[in-house]
Amino acid sequence: MPDAPLGQTPSQTVGPFFGYALPFPGGPQVAAPWHPESIRLHGTVYDGAGDAIPDAIIEIWHADSAGRVIAERGSLDRNGHTVTGFGRSAVNRAGEFEFSTIKPGSTRADAAPYILVTVFARGLTHHLFTRAYFGDEVERNEGDPFLATVDPLRRPTLIAAPDAQNSYRFDIRLQGEGETVFLDFDAEIYG
Amino acid sequence: MPNSTAENQETISEEIAAIHAEHSARAEAAGRPLSAHPPRNFAPYRSTMLRHPTHELVRADPEEIELVSPAFGHTDVAAEENDLTIQHSGEPLGERIIVTGRVLDGEGRPVRNQLVEIWQANASGRYVHKRDQHPAPLDPNFTGVGRLITGDNGEYRLTTIKPGAYPWKNHRNAWRPAHIHFSFFGSAFTQRLVTQMYFPGDPLFGLDPIYQSIVDPAARQRLVAQYDHDVSEPEWALGYRWDVVLTGPRSTWMEPEDSDHA
Ligand SMILES: [Fe+2]
Repeated sequence: MPDAPLGQTPSQTVGPFFGYALPFPGGPQVAAPWHPESIRLHGTVYDGAGDAIPDAIIEIWHADSAGRVIAERGSLDRNGHTVTGFGRSAVNRAGEFEFSTIKPGSTRADAAPYILVTVFARGLTHHLFTRAYFGDEVERNEGDPFLATVDPLRRPTLIAAPDAQNSYRFDIRLQGEGETVFLDFDAEIYG
Repeated sequence: MPNSTAENQETISEEIAAIHAEHSARAEAAGRPLSAHPPRNFAPYRSTMLRHPTHELVRADPEEIELVSPAFGHTDVAAEENDLTIQHSGEPLGERIIVTGRVLDGEGRPVRNQLVEIWQANASGRYVHKRDQHPAPLDPNFTGVGRLITGDNGEYRLTTIKPGAYPWKNHRNAWRPAHIHFSFFGSAFTQRLVTQMYFPGDPLFGLDPIYQSIVDPAARQRLVAQYDHDVSEPEWALGYRWDVVLTGPRSTWMEPEDSDHA
């Protein structure tokens, strides 16, 4: 064990050329669309000019429907019935991503359920984290201790809005009007 | 094709120097070290201008889901995926290299059984990607994509071809230093890292606004692999060593020491 903590390896942009490397077969199908509890989580990624970003890649990670973290190996496997909780979707040329998954349970009794969302893109030197809470969980969202700390004017950017049966829309705005609330899970990492 | 209306390297280099000086002065005034990660607002890298948030990030206590990573195993990745030189019928052109090292957390503990993904240009500096317009030859024997799962000591090892430098359109005569893109998962999702590994002594380091987006010189150095003659294999390949450190909130869930790796 070293005496001092080791220095963090810095981030660099994912760049534009990840297309053969990061997307994997079935990556956006965390649960098969025919899974009895399947939901659709989709949206568009926008830049500060309001233009869709055609070269972002989005990851999601969430608990199972009972709020348990899934610890089985094989998170890239897509066997048609296992729900691993991890998904990845490159946006299309219109900046759109789409996942099919299940609605997770909350991991704590007093917290609302959510999906952790990670955004990578050319022009983004370091990825961004946000959370997609569910618009039809009004009561739980109101009681959620984290959401309560967020500026009420910006809180709606963390809510995936029901837009059809079992479908939620979660647009991501990197900058400007309606900028998504992005999260810092740790103090700045120094040294 | 040179773009005569684009800004020149001098302008970009001046902007980089000014931002570095500003960050150093601010850190010194606040009595804290420079951040290891690059600021997202780094105008010399022009694509950041409309893609960085202008609000401060909102502090959140990580929940359980953020303190673990997805679990990967050997069913996810085939063993030969760590060799980028054997994916086609012939051998790729270029300088064959081995890159190896360990993935550790901030306390020096190995990040084991985690997914590492790799992508890179070929020896001529060309990606197999429809948006790559660099008029350098594709290599029919090189895709430039690999994956592996870290071992019990957090170790990884890949065999590939040394990538070439390539031009891009950030400014006039802009060239990226040779690099390999890497994606890592830590023991917690908050440690997720996508980055680029560079080669020692590259003359383009000082000119590249992506490399220089890291304002801390010591942190920049951590992205440069070391040539390691003990890794080189006689009559076969040159060896580089590059260790990776993923800090961030500690995981509350630790894999048992004696767990199997099926
Ligand atoms: Fe690249």
